[in-house]
Amino acid sequence: MEQFEVKPIVPLHAGNLDISFTNASLWMCIVVAAAALLLTAGASPRRLVPTRLQSITEMSYIFVADMIRSAAGNEGLKFFPFVFTLFMFVLFSNVIGLFPLIHPFTVTSHIIVTFALAIFVFLMVIVVGLARHGLHFFSIFAPKVPLPMLILLVPIEIVSFLSRPISLSVRLFANMLAGHTMLYVFGTFVIGLATAGGVLSIISIAPLIAIVAVTALEFLIAFLQAYVFAILTCIYLNDALNLHEH
Amino acid sequence: MDLASAKMIGAGLASIALIGAGVGIGIIFGNYLAGALRNPGAAQGQFTNLLVGFALCEFTGLLGVVMAFIILFT
Repeated sequence: MEQFEVKPIVPLHAGNLDISFTNASLWMCIVVAAAALLLTAGASPRRLVPTRLQSITEMSYIFVADMIRSAAGNEGLKFFPFVFTLFMFVLFSNVIGLFPLIHPFTVTSHIIVTFALAIFVFLMVIVVGLARHGLHFFSIFAPKVPLPMLILLVPIEIVSFLSRPISLSVRLFANMLAGHTMLYVFGTFVIGLATAGGVLSIISIAPLIAIVAVTALEFLIAFLQAYVFAILTCIYLNDALNLHEH
Repeated sequence: MDLASAKMIGAGLASIALIGAGVGIGIIFGNYLAGALRNPGAAQGQFTNLLVGFALCEFTGLLGVVMAFIILFT
């Protein structure tokens, strides 16, 4: 589909590597710029009675801080800047991808983007765990159960730990891809029926109403997936910080 | 049967995975509501667990969707 195609804008080549500046890079820059501008503009007035923009900024700060505190405890707050950046990047790219008319490119609908985010979270969890607990970190694979059960549980824990970056990235990517595909399919219904003429043109109002409802649902999913991505990051960090003591 | 139609049927079969995800999400939200109505005070504390359960459950269905896309477009 045309909306998922990556096209080079400024072709660049380094040896055999294609490092062109593509529309994906452009929209990633736009996402970062939009998030940075909105949050800086919201945080700079520092009024006692906040403006709307300042309210949004403060609410998102409190929202993410509460999320980390509930999932990873007060220790997890050290990672607030990281989780907040991750949450805002995913949220803004999901939401900007839904805007009509400007023909946006949803960067999170590409598995390589989400996988890069997920593998970074995964490696950071390992580094944090090793730095904090040393080799004792590997007891994360051995829950406190009788010895015969360990033979069964250790492989399961290892597989579930290693599948974390895959599940984290595929969830976000598949949600965005499926949502945009669904909108596309409903859009072709509307156009196909409307141009068919006669009674069919009148029926085309039905998928048009459906498309409005689906767009509303997509906005909910855009927020929910950003939230889920951030909360799972917090849970993984909590595992690394506290091992099985919680 | 030629390859193109076999691909279509395969993608359709892979999408059956979404039945399970739908049932699972219904069970999660239904049980959360049932619990929340009995003890509204404890409901807010379990909201995170609700969303994590929802995400994990949805993922199993989405694997089927990804499989369908792979079958269709490769």
